[in-house]
This record gives sequence, structure tokens and C-alpha cells, in this order.
Amino acid sequence: MTLTYYLVLAAILFTIGAVGVLVRRNAIVVFMCVELMLNSVNLTLVTFARATGTLDGQIMAFFVMVVAAAEVVVGLAIIMSIYRTRRSASVDDANLLKY
Amino acid sequence: MTLLAAAETSVRLGTGEAVVFWILGPIALAGALGMVFSRNAVHSALFLVNTMLAFGVFYVVQEAPFLGAVQIIVYTGAIMILFLFVLMLVGRDSSDSVVETLRGQRVAATVLGIGFAGLVGAGIARATRDLPATGLRGTQGGRGNIPAIAELLFTRYLLAFEVTSALLITAAVGAMVLAHIEREPGTRRSQKELSRARFLTSDRPQTLPGPGVYARGNSVAAPALLPDGSITPESFATGIEPQEIDQMPRPTGREQLGSPDAALGTLDPAPGDGGPQR
Repeated sequence: MTLTYYLVLAAILFTIGAVGVLVRRNAIVVFMCVELMLNSVNLTLVTFARATGTLDGQIMAFFVMVVAAAEVVVGLAIIMSIYRTRRSASVDDANLLKY
Repeated sequence: MTLLAAAETSVRLGTGEAVVFWILGPIALAGALGMVFSRNAVHSALFLVNTMLAFGVFYVVQEAPFLGAVQIIVYTGAIMILFLFVLMLVGRDSSDSVVETLRGQRVAATVLGIGFAGLVGAGIARATRDLPATGLRGTQGGRGNIPAIAELLFTRYLLAFEVTSALLITAAVGAMVLAHIEREPGTRRSQKELSRARFLTSDRPQTLPGPGVYARGNSVAAPALLPDGSITPESFATGIEPQEIDQMPRPTGREQLGSPDAALGTLDPAPGDGGPQR
């Protein structure tokens, strides 16, 4: 058991989140996948903070959490207003700028 | 000097931590996979809650109890509830379409993901094979995690912390502006106007019959009965499939009784009997 396990797990979860962003169509689920990616990066930061013996990684993870909270609030409000005008939460339907 | 000394005394990772990792790691992985693969968005949110709780335990195990608590309170407590609220507002049934917009996109994304995970995972595993776990005991100096984080946060990272407050207030105002619906004063119709419009336009001005209330059930799915014992179709709650209504238990007493006509002997007069005139 070394710290490598945490890092590899975080990498795998980051990849799953990235694949989810590419594959899913529901905007809210895409947003959840982004949250998963942020979380796995946080796990990496905390692991490296422990490896190097400094607290800066934990502080950075804390700030990532704060920014993620703000991002979720604004992003969900945007999804709701898109849903209000277009009656759909699918990312395929928001294509007014396409042509 | 103390840092150097701390760097040389690498912390051994105990068996308990290994046990926690090998139990919670697969759980986190299963939660992430379930989030991506479940069709229902609410299920996705609950799977993600699972993963985030596992992450909170990982933080606590990795000498970050403050971040573990913040993870559980902020992520699973606040953010995921916000997600569920928006899911309920937007409508649970607005789930994914199975149709691919770009041909072969799913396969390409999966191949890309497996390749990326293999590359990054193998790279990290090779690069950090003998990464020493220095541990935070030397840095924290017996103060504990939270005082050490607080000291760092309010000295070296004070500016970032203050900027965070501006970010948070901007996000709150932005969410209120985006989610607010502005109504012109006077555009809302009064009850009198609504009632008049209903009487003029609708062929059914009165209210729909309510659901049936029986000794065995008063759910909105229970249909009301007409005086002759048949079901009132208009009393069905909307959004319920007709076959579900067929499967619902009818009140048994009524079934034995039949219709009131049958109970009174006024239904289907036997041939030649004459029977009462109806």
C-alpha cells in the first residue's frame, strides 16, 4: 500500500468523469461528471500534500471546493433558464448558435 | 531543518488504511461508473453521492479531517441536494435520448477514456512508485490539522481567501438573477377573469371528480365510482398508465356487493320474470 494507489484511483475516476461528459446528453448529468472530475483532482491534491508533507495541497483542494460550489450554483441556474426557454435539459437542443 | 528531518522519516501506511482503501475504492469506482451508465438522472445523482462520501473518508484517512468534513457537508450535503432540487424542477423524465447525434461517438469516447486512463494511470504508477509518504506531522507540529490550515489560510493565502468571498457573493447574485422570473405588474390574471375564461372556453367548467376514497386506500390513483358501480374515467390522476389502474386493488366490499342495482335486485331481470319497470 503506497500513495500511488490513491493517485491511480483518482486518475481512473477523472477519466470516468471525462467519458461521462463526452457521452451523456443530459446537461445536469454532464455537470455531475464535471463535479466528479473536480473531486478526483482534489483527491490527487490531498495525496500529494501528504506525500510532500506540506499543507498547501490541502489549501488548494479547499479553494477548488469553494470554486466548485460557486460554479455549481451558477451552472444550475443557467441550466434552469435554458430549460425554461427551450423546454429541454439536453445539450443537443441548445443549438441556436450552430448555423 | 525540521522539514528535512520530516522528509527523511517517511510515514508507513498501515494495514487499516489499506483495508479502508480496498473497501471504499471499489465503492467509489462503482459509484462513478453507475453515475455514467444509469439512464435516470436521479440515480446518477445518488451514485455520485456514494462516490463523494467515499472521497470524504479518503480525505480523513489521508490526514485531512477538515477537508473530509467539508467534502461531506458541502458536496454531499449542499451541492448534491442542489442537483436533486434542479432535477426535480426540470423534471425527472427529461433523461437522455439513446440516439447518437454523432455516429460512433460513444465508442470513440469509450476508447479514448480507456486509453487515457491506461496512459495516465500507468504514467502515475511508474512515476510515483517509490513516492515517500512524508506525512503532515512535521508541518502541523502537534497543533492538529485545523489550526495549521487556519494559520496558512489567514497568512499566506489571505488574499485568495478574500477574493473567494467576492466570488461567492457574485455567484449568489448571479444565480438569483438567472433563476428569477420577472413579471410585469398587472399581467397576472385575477381569479374572476380566470373563472370567466374557464366557463367561456372549456366544455367542462366544473372541477374534475376527485379520486376514490375507500377503506383500503385513498391514493390519487384510486378511481372514484359512479352510482352504478362503474369507474369514473375523469377521476384518474394524470400521469398514471391505464394498465396500472387495472392492476390496482378495487375495494373488495364493493365487488361482492356488485352494483347497487344488483344489490337491490333491480338489474337484469330474469327472462319471463317481468321484473320491475325501469
